Amino acid sequence: MEQLLTVAFLTSLLAGAVTAGVPLLLAGLGEQVSEKAGVLNIGIEGMMLVGAYTGFVAAWSTGSFWLGFAAGAAGGMAVALLMALLCVRLGLNQIVVGIALTLGAEGITALLHHVQFSRTYPRLPGVETLPIPFLSEIPVLGRALFDRHPFVYLAVLMVPLLVFVFRRTGLGLHLQAAGDKPAALDAAGVSVVTTRTAAVLFTGAMAGMGGTYMANIGAGLFIPFMTGGAGFIGIVLAMLARGRPGWVLFGALLFGASMALTTALQVGGVNIPTDVIQMVPFAAVMAVLVIFGRRAKLPAALGLPYVRGER
Amino acid sequence: MTEPILSVRGLTKRYPGVVANDGVDLALMGGEVHVLLGENGAGKSTLIAMLTGLQQPDAGDILVDGTPRVIASPREALRLGIACVYQTIMLSPTLTVAENLALGEPWWSRPDRAKIAAELAAMREDLDIAVDPDALAGDLSLGQQQQVEIARALMRGGRVLILDEATSMLTPAGADELGALIRRLAARGLAIVFISHKLNEALAFGDRVSVLRLGRKVGELTPDHIAAQPKEATMAEIVGLMFGRDRAEAMARTPRPASAEPPILQATGLSLQVPGGVGLKDVSLEVAPGEVLGIAGIDGNGQRELAEVLAGQRVAAGSIRLAGEAIDGLGVGARRRKGLRYLTDDRHHEGTVGPFAVAENFVTKDVGASPFWSAAGLVDKSAIGAHAARMVADFDVRTPSVATPIGRLSGGNMQKVILARELTGEAKVVIYAKPTYGLDVANTEATRARILAAAEAGVATVLISTDLDEILALSDRIAVMSAGRIVGTVPNGPDARAAVADLMVGRVAA
Repeated sequence: MEQLLTVAFLTSLLAGAVTAGVPLLLAGLGEQVSEKAGVLNIGIEGMMLVGAYTGFVAAWSTGSFWLGFAAGAAGGMAVALLMALLCVRLGLNQIVVGIALTLGAEGITALLHHVQFSRTYPRLPGVETLPIPFLSEIPVLGRALFDRHPFVYLAVLMVPLLVFVFRRTGLGLHLQAAGDKPAALDAAGVSVVTTRTAAVLFTGAMAGMGGTYMANIGAGLFIPFMTGGAGFIGIVLAMLARGRPGWVLFGALLFGASMALTTALQVGGVNIPTDVIQMVPFAAVMAVLVIFGRRAKLPAALGLPYVRGER
Repeated sequence: MTEPILSVRGLTKRYPGVVANDGVDLALMGGEVHVLLGENGAGKSTLIAMLTGLQQPDAGDILVDGTPRVIASPREALRLGIACVYQTIMLSPTLTVAENLALGEPWWSRPDRAKIAAELAAMREDLDIAVDPDALAGDLSLGQQQQVEIARALMRGGRVLILDEATSMLTPAGADELGALIRRLAARGLAIVFISHKLNEALAFGDRVSVLRLGRKVGELTPDHIAAQPKEATMAEIVGLMFGRDRAEAMARTPRPASAEPPILQATGLSLQVPGGVGLKDVSLEVAPGEVLGIAGIDGNGQRELAEVLAGQRVAAGSIRLAGEAIDGLGVGARRRKGLRYLTDDRHHEGTVGPFAVAENFVTKDVGASPFWSAAGLVDKSAIGAHAARMVADFDVRTPSVATPIGRLSGGNMQKVILARELTGEAKVVIYAKPTYGLDVANTEATRARILAAAEAGVATVLISTDLDEILALSDRIAVMSAGRIVGTVPNGPDARAAVADLMVGRVAA
């Protein structure tokens, strides 16, 4: 047990938790906005995967990580636009469309990757980090938390930004009313369709950037199906966080840590079959759902298409 | 006279099979409370939906300050100063009062709680609107939620305020309070539309009364006209306009003499406790073959419970005998096979399965029975289809095909399907719950004719209705329910209306 508590192990675990947690954070925050507005966005897994692919291709061909994130956001939003058209404007079943989009995204990214790269998996160069002065000097915490790519800091800054938007802006009120009582929002003269479309597009951008982070910074390469359920964990996080962005951050780090256990345990010199350790995050999801599942308080109109005049 | 703030001319709205509004004219004056009266289905809601931009008229004009306008959305209506307080509250329950009042602000705005609180405080001074800006809307009483909605309309610069059956869920004291607020608002120069089906409220709060029936405006009583005659005369005039009484009396049935046959359905001492409801208290009744027993009373006095107990959907203390045989222990299916049928008043949820085909809805109460299911338990689609085709022809169901989902049919055609299902086969006793509720004239008459024809053919009939005219037109005997009891039973006849009315208000024990 002592060997687990070494500096190397803890640093590796924390650093891994952040690397694995950032995509979950982005997906969870994005999903939270959709759910707040009443759209159960199951297509988020597909949005992440498309974002991972477009983000990787952009970064690989231009050499710019920032262009990669922009392309990832655009890729995620393209899938989200389809979702918004089908589910928000046309009122189709959100679960069916979400699953279809995810399956479709898996297929199309694998196909495009095969066409473009055949069976090779080119790697991106390592990322340059932006150490934060002083903070990055703290033992263990410093290296893991404050010596990262600047995008990580931006992702974390989304948390207070969303808290502000939810609590203090007209947009926050619109989102909440769209999820809890869309007819009230409509009667107040605000378009439910526009509000929900904007929310779904935001989710697409966040998920797309989360996917890009996974590919470009987490792994350094794109592999088909690489998101491996991260979007679905994002849905779980959003549901358990009850509309509070801070809880999504906490949950994302928790799940990120359980995902990072594999490497950290190896660094710590413990050898457990990796297959067992790779089950940890999903076992954690189930455990969390069993323990906290009842706490999930969802918007009243979640998953219900809004049709004016039907009450 | 001054120019109306809002007027409509020849407004018409058609839905498939129904003309919901047919050439309606209306003028709304500032400072005046205009009452819109009409039965369910008279077209009030459709008219309001067009004024507030939720629906678009098929013909006719809406003029605001004399200028024709297209009201494309609720936002447009608000911009023109038309605000509505709906029957169902339009506040988001998880937002505070202040947040709800800020909901119409643009998305980039910062809701200004202090400003809204100040405006609310000013309204408390002027109008006696008293709500806490920081309370969650979902925690407020209904009356307070309505005050919030009215406050919102005022803050948005509303000049026309529509109250859609706003008093229907309020206590009498709450309704009076709302009425007083409406008068204060009118005094400020707002044009108010007050929709109700309660006559006394209409006259207490309103200046001008318009009556809608079956989508048409059948009359308007001006303030001068109302002031010039006693209240009773006005009420009688309005009732005549609303119900077209002449028609109801025209089809009155001559009551049959008391049947010599022994009763086929006998219920004795039925009692049922319903948490939060009136339940049943020692209800006994009997019906003979071919007899129509009307059950009158104000809605919610135990009629639904009685029907469900008789049909086997609820279990109550007491005994029920069908043709002399105790059926208390039997479930719905067993009672049905013995000839006891129940026609629910909830035709959309309990009576039909919306997504199922019309043909399937004819046999939803005969699942597994021949000839629709084979001995091996397999569906015989051709038998079901043939049965459906016959029923559709016999009962004049207007449907594109027997394969159409029944949820797409109008209420009247749904009711025909349910009637067909309950009246075919060995129907000996049929219980009808509000059989013509929400139907138009033609379908109402068709339904009543079916009920009478079945009774002529020897079916013992229990007719539950809140429409006294219907009860008087169809029944042989009339029982009156109040607070879960049958408070008296009278034979139908010339004096029945007065006798039943007395029983309903508890003036006499028969």
